[in-house]
Amino acid sequence: MSVVLELDRITKRFGALVANDAISLQLAKGECLALLGENGAGKTTLMNILFGHYAADEGAVQVFGKPLPSGRPRAAIDAGVGMVHQHFTLASNLNVLDNVILGSEPLGKVKSDRSGARSKLVELSDTFGLPVDPEARVGALSVGEKQRVEILKALYRDARILILDEPTAVLARPEAERLFETLRGMIKGGLSLIFISHKLHEVMAASDRVAVLRGGKKVAERVTADTSPAELAELMVGHKVARPKRTEAKQGAPVLVAKNVTVSGAATGLDAASFTVHEGEILGIVGVSGNGQSTLGALLSGLIRPEAGQLTLNGAEVAGLGPRGLIAAGAARIPEDRHAQGVVGEMTIWENAVLERLGRFTRRGFVKRAAAQAHANHLIERFDIRGAAPDTRIRLLSGGNMQKLILGRSLAAAPAFILANQPTRGLDEGAVAAVHTELLAARDKGAAILLISEELEEAVALADRIQAIVNGKLSQPIATETANAQRLGLMMAGMWDAPDAA
Amino acid sequence: MSEAVDLLMSTSLWAAVLRIATPLIFGVLGALLCERSGVLNLGIEGIMTMGAMTGWLAVYAGADLVTGLLVAALAGAAMGFLHAVLTVPLGLSQHVSGLGITLFASALAYYLYRLLVEVGETPPTITPFAPLAIPILSDLPIVGPVVFAQTLPTYLALIAVALMAYLLARTPLGLAIRMTGENPHAVEAQGLNPLAIRIGAVVAGSALMGLGGAFLTTSAFNSFFPEMVQGRGWICIALVIFASWRPGKALLGALLFAFFDAYQLRLQTVVDGVPYQLFLMAPYVLSIVALILVARRAEVPAALMTPYRRGER
Amino acid sequence: MRLERRDDVPLGLIATAPIAAIVAALILAAGLIAAAGVNPGVAYGEMLRGALGSRLAVTEMLTRATPLILTGLAAATAFRARLWNIGGEGQFYLGALVTAWIGHNLGLPGPVGIAVLLIVGMAAGATLLAGPTALRLRFGIDEVVTTLLLNFIVILFVGMMIEGPLRDPLAFGWPQSVPVDGDFRLPDLVPRTRLHFGLILAIAAAGLTWLILARSVFGMETRAAGLNPDAAQFAGIPLPRTLMGVACLSGALAGLAGSVEVLGVTGGVTTTMSPGFGYAGIVVAMLAGLHPMGVVAAAVFVATVFVGADAMSRATGTPSFIADVIVALSLLTMLVALLFTTYRLRK
Repeated sequence: MSVVLELDRITKRFGALVANDAISLQLAKGECLALLGENGAGKTTLMNILFGHYAADEGAVQVFGKPLPSGRPRAAIDAGVGMVHQHFTLASNLNVLDNVILGSEPLGKVKSDRSGARSKLVELSDTFGLPVDPEARVGALSVGEKQRVEILKALYRDARILILDEPTAVLARPEAERLFETLRGMIKGGLSLIFISHKLHEVMAASDRVAVLRGGKKVAERVTADTSPAELAELMVGHKVARPKRTEAKQGAPVLVAKNVTVSGAATGLDAASFTVHEGEILGIVGVSGNGQSTLGALLSGLIRPEAGQLTLNGAEVAGLGPRGLIAAGAARIPEDRHAQGVVGEMTIWENAVLERLGRFTRRGFVKRAAAQAHANHLIERFDIRGAAPDTRIRLLSGGNMQKLILGRSLAAAPAFILANQPTRGLDEGAVAAVHTELLAARDKGAAILLISEELEEAVALADRIQAIVNGKLSQPIATETANAQRLGLMMAGMWDAPDAA
Repeated sequence: MSEAVDLLMSTSLWAAVLRIATPLIFGVLGALLCERSGVLNLGIEGIMTMGAMTGWLAVYAGADLVTGLLVAALAGAAMGFLHAVLTVPLGLSQHVSGLGITLFASALAYYLYRLLVEVGETPPTITPFAPLAIPILSDLPIVGPVVFAQTLPTYLALIAVALMAYLLARTPLGLAIRMTGENPHAVEAQGLNPLAIRIGAVVAGSALMGLGGAFLTTSAFNSFFPEMVQGRGWICIALVIFASWRPGKALLGALLFAFFDAYQLRLQTVVDGVPYQLFLMAPYVLSIVALILVARRAEVPAALMTPYRRGER
Repeated sequence: MRLERRDDVPLGLIATAPIAAIVAALILAAGLIAAAGVNPGVAYGEMLRGALGSRLAVTEMLTRATPLILTGLAAATAFRARLWNIGGEGQFYLGALVTAWIGHNLGLPGPVGIAVLLIVGMAAGATLLAGPTALRLRFGIDEVVTTLLLNFIVILFVGMMIEGPLRDPLAFGWPQSVPVDGDFRLPDLVPRTRLHFGLILAIAAAGLTWLILARSVFGMETRAAGLNPDAAQFAGIPLPRTLMGVACLSGALAGLAGSVEVLGVTGGVTTTMSPGFGYAGIVVAMLAGLHPMGVVAAAVFVATVFVGADAMSRATGTPSFIADVIVALSLLTMLVALLFTTYRLRK
């Protein structure tokens, strides 16, 4: 088989961080290579170099035997490389055809050939089984459709090598399987493929070969048929980090009760959602991204109020209280996006530590700085936040340490209810284990915890009961002991059977 | 009150509408082009001042009027380039940079004017554009004197509207500009350079603003004096929003605006006992009202005012 | 080449930025002065002498700095919260107008009257900014455009009032408002100069603003809301109320500038009493890195340029518009300097 793509000792540094350390890779024609690694292992950086978003500090790329000039996406496209980004690069206000043809015609051309472009697009979408309406506004498309547009964009530019960055991160299991089916068809048609993933099962199911990255280095390469999920897991994580084991919950009285809560809005809302979180238990909400988790998170953070239904905390209505009211009523919140919502990056650690409970650190309208700094010091020690002094600006902390501060400031007040919205997203194994340990400890002390997670593994490890969220609707809860991958997969696709006693 | 109604019937009013609208049309098209690519250009007020001064100065120094317009466009483009460098590759605050450009361009225009021109009792003058009657068309009743007996820059402004509409809607370049204003990451991913597109759009848009300024000194008046732009630039910024970033609607907005301006000017002469300042306030008040009216349904380019840095999300 | 964010900003760099910016602006402007056939060294010498060369010059410069400190504080307060108040000019004029109007005929003893008039001026400025802020909160209308347009409206309104109800009959047709009662004039700071007690007020306002922004709960909430509105909202900070609070503070400071100028210098209102104090306040705020105490220093610089440029113009024949050029340039160079305090260039 001929080699279509070769990366030769690629190195990329960001300041002191070495994101890629002399990584070499080869891709053969008609091959499907999986790039496996944890968050921060350097997968996306490597592919961004290949596609020309970044210029490598050292090393070279060859495509179809020719060297690829670095740092220019145009060169990659012209050489036949197409990339499907994890965060779609689409303009929502424009239609599908606009998004696809952009950049395909010389800018000096006096008139776009839209009808010619439309027929080429329709033909491609028929050939590869990627149905889309060329005139549809991209903002109105579903996530799956948007991904199709992204793939069509690459195919429209005659890509022979396709790179997909975490293509299934936003897809439900059946959709993901359909996607891989389509991709297999493309490989038969002569395309070569690289997909980035951190999900072992899909790497095992879909790839011919796996390259494992860890800490910016390529640590292993395996033919998929010759390896096992267990081996890959160990290669990916390196040293064994033991996540804490969940013991049986001592479920107490109901703490947070939602009855037929309905919220509508721009994003997916909630449709008559009901759930109960008891003292001393973790209720897991699982689902594919974009099915209403954000709305549920915003509701339980006090950011939005429901249009219908009741939300009570220890018997008192808390809907519409706002963040401060909710906190005063005994709630703590871990937001889904620490950078966007959790912290103000340019403010210091001590300021971030007290921002949501300013009332306790105030005298006559002025901030009690000494008390606040002492509190921050206490959190830093108690939660083992490394590289931090109270006066450090918080954006300088690593993701894990930042999350520990958010967790710490929430837990310090001994809350009755904790919302943990994607609490380990983007963290490395060590930090994941720390977060899990703290959440389980809080549960054992009697806190009622609602965990929203897109990682099934995490939900199964932490939650005592699990509900699935699909298009704003919640399934009945099932006991985690009765859950398996298949059943949860079906639940997350909206196929849940009769109510289960849990 | 019948006099006020009679005014509406005069062709001179309607011809004045088109005349008053001309600098606004140039300005609003320029601002629109910048914003469609994602850059707010608050330098407009200063760039128009610069255009007014340089266009006039070129003619005063002996160039012909068309060359004067070209010089004004170039001066506008130069100021636009400065704004583009600060806001696009350097990604500085578009608000503050734009205001800085306005302060700088106006101050520089005044300084150079004082330096290069002997100003006596009255400011020196040039021979401005004469009305250019289009044969046959200008003989049409009503429409003829209103539309087809204007000066050259007014015709240019109307042509620019059509060209801008065509550029944005029908050409690959127009699509690239719109896409850059919506999502520069998408532009980069398709192999184009969003920074170059933004710089180009800001430079070209600023050249149009320069033309708008030059109309004031080479057609509407025949001399240059400080404060002559009088907030027309800010009004253009408001008109872009009013027009939902569409060239056709921008023309409509400029005409509507000019109508009220022309009407109030004439109304002052027939209505007694009302302070003239109230009439002069009307355009500014009107702009704010227009903003309130369209506020909720404005379709803002999604990446407007968001700097793009390669490799940063 | 690309810009890379610095992990930490050295304090020295923050202090150097405005100085580097001013030096760069002076060098760039030197080219324009040379174009006028004047030796820039000589011109800048004249400028310094004109602003700082004598006791009288210094008091003139400080008189000019007084309103600049206040409009600078107004801009700094607003910009910190990402409220783009470009309406300092209008707020200045409205504060001045209302002060002159009420101060002409207010039956109160001197000190009490002064306090009332200052408060009235602040209220006027605050109200004028509250409108655009409400429009932004309610309809999402960019306050840049509305505050700018209001500047024109207010100045026309001032013109209307001083040619109408507030016309000074003793001014021989010169458009000027009736004067404030002599009892309410601010006392002189240095005898036989124009320098008045307003300077002390302005510096006190800077200290107070610093205290509010740096130490109070409101200040911390404002900062959070400006730096990351989503996170601030998540932490329970009510964004609309915070922004309104900022608007009132900022508008009040600009209104106070107008009030102080009337009570300290002009005694009445004209439509030309401000040589762009509101706009120059923006430059002052940026040069100060939006720091309230830095505003005082930046205002002194800008006032030096303005006062010195007049003297330089008389001595060398360079058009005095060079002052506006220098001030505008220093805003642009400061922007670039600020960039390099937070980013560094990397290949």
